[in-house]
Amino acid sequence: MKKLMALFLAAAMMLSMTACGGSEPAASQGGEETEKVLFIGGTGPLTGDYATYGTSVKQGAELAAEEINANGGFADGWTVLARVEDDQADGAQAVQAYATLFDDGMDVTLGGTTSGACIAITEEAVKDNMLLLTPSGSQLECTQYDNCFRVCFEDSAQGLYAANFIKDNAVAEKVAIIYDKSNDYSNGLRKSFVETAAENGLEIVADEAFTNQSNTDFSVQLQAVKESGADLLFLPIYAQEAAYIITQADKAGLDVTFFGCDGLDGILEKIGSDNLPLAEGVMLLTPFAADSETEPTKSFTANYKAKYGSTPDQFAADAYDAVYAIVAAFEKAGVTPEDENFNQAMIDAMLEIEVVGTTGTMRWDASGEPDKNATAVVIVDGVYVSYDNVK
Amino acid sequence: MSFLSNFISGLSLGSIYALIALGYTMVYGIAKMLNFAHGDVIMVGAFTVIVVVNSLGLPGVVGILASVLICVLMGVTIERIAYKPLRSSPPLSVLITAIGVSYFLQSLALLIFGSTQKSFPKVFTVAPVHLGELTIKGESIETLAVTTVIMVGLTLFINKTKMGKAMRAVSEDREAAELMGISVNRTITVTFAIGSALAAVAGLFFGATYGFIGPYSGAMPGIKAFVAAVFGGIGSIPGAMLGGILLGIIENLAKAYISTELSDAIVFGVLVLVLLVKPTGLLGKKINEKV
Repeated sequence: MKKLMALFLAAAMMLSMTACGGSEPAASQGGEETEKVLFIGGTGPLTGDYATYGTSVKQGAELAAEEINANGGFADGWTVLARVEDDQADGAQAVQAYATLFDDGMDVTLGGTTSGACIAITEEAVKDNMLLLTPSGSQLECTQYDNCFRVCFEDSAQGLYAANFIKDNAVAEKVAIIYDKSNDYSNGLRKSFVETAAENGLEIVADEAFTNQSNTDFSVQLQAVKESGADLLFLPIYAQEAAYIITQADKAGLDVTFFGCDGLDGILEKIGSDNLPLAEGVMLLTPFAADSETEPTKSFTANYKAKYGSTPDQFAADAYDAVYAIVAAFEKAGVTPEDENFNQAMIDAMLEIEVVGTTGTMRWDASGEPDKNATAVVIVDGVYVSYDNVK
Repeated sequence: MSFLSNFISGLSLGSIYALIALGYTMVYGIAKMLNFAHGDVIMVGAFTVIVVVNSLGLPGVVGILASVLICVLMGVTIERIAYKPLRSSPPLSVLITAIGVSYFLQSLALLIFGSTQKSFPKVFTVAPVHLGELTIKGESIETLAVTTVIMVGLTLFINKTKMGKAMRAVSEDREAAELMGISVNRTITVTFAIGSALAAVAGLFFGATYGFIGPYSGAMPGIKAFVAAVFGGIGSIPGAMLGGILLGIIENLAKAYISTELSDAIVFGVLVLVLLVKPTGLLGKKINEKV
């Protein structure tokens, strides 16, 4: 009993410390906003199959909040509280978690980590007219309302950036595509990639499809790619299918550069330790490269490693930037959560700010899409390395 | 050149289908039941290799032997526990039981190995053969060679040995065979053992060719192999071989020259056409020695 009590007390102390940066006890719980704490709440899968995504978002957001508070807060003594609840990547649970956060006095929401959960939250947030800035909800509908913004690229935008990146950096001249015709994400990326290639003069020599019913045997598609003489194979698909393609391409004697988008993140785990050498040279389009020498990425990576013992991924970087962007919007808006027009002022401020983040320099327009540059990473010796550092 | 390459990979895929289809057709011929759990046996076989080679660190040969052994034991056990008590039940009950066993195996693999697909170890590597522009995968050569040997061996076994004779007898008339002193139960057990061993071999080639194995990896090849067995004439051993190989070739050529998305529809369309013209399948009636 004593032990339990001690545990409980310790937990309560921890909670109050994270809640207000250790300065004043017992604040920010409940709707009373007498303390100067900006409460940012989000949801993400912290358990289940997609737990890595939610955990990264939680850690990235918490790290940003900790840094901001350690540097003395912002806007005349304000501090930030970031809290990410578990939604198991499920829409219903995400809405439930959103309601809990709302009842606890959330001022701004990060929405959901995964697209489906995030879309469910947009339906709630629009009713409250609360600013929603999702770190990683990439589907188009995640920003369907005026109060919704995102840090990551929208799905089809990735196809555009990929085609431009390949053309601008002269990565390849002849490009082949293998995509999943039964998947929205893959179709969207491939469509915008093909359209952009037609505009910028990138030559597409093979365009092959598969479906989720035929996603193990790629011999025919790879043969077509081989015949086409392509020097780069664009894979707007998920890591598991890409793992099949990369290993089978090796057996078929196909020598091309593989190029994918965020779906390919995780390829190193999927391809298995036996096949790790085959992943060498695989390129991924991403706005974030952990090994970048520029600030704030450099200090973010260092602090993240020190705190959590692992290299931050795209999701952690997105969430980190989201918290900084919300704080920037807050400073720009010059209002406090008690003000009646707080929500609208925050949404309007989002359109005016410019944030230099770990995923690039971002500005937002009314559609909620970030305007920023994409870069690519290359797998070298089993780790992601910035394309610029490889060249 | 691309035609030849697609043809050869189709041949290799077809050989895998043929190996699985043999199990379907033998069990159907002798026990008069459709063992829908058969496709999942190849998944179990492939996972056995992964566990033995990757987790226990034993050499590939041990993995192959263990895989065949485990599959044989499992096939025989499934027959004992799930199918034998239903021997005199209506065929529908046995069919539903088989589907249940299939789901059981898939869920069991899901529980043990998780939903992430595991990479298959390089148990036997044969270097690819280059003939000018044409590259033939090492796995294709192995698959073709081993399948040919197995098929010849199986044909000899069925036609020349005493056990083979017993199998043919049971398949033709179970009661009469029993009256002649043939143990029907033992014959059925041996059939399941052989069928499962072939499935284990198919699992090896499937894993080696495509590189990854998940809990549901056996489902689609299982269905395709069943189609191949019906295509060739269910119950006929040469029919299963022919059906499997034709199916693989048709599938790959349809992918290459018609549409990658419609290849399955074309495969099943061909099946419908064949069954319309010849309801017993390609070799269903000509061969008297139904097994």
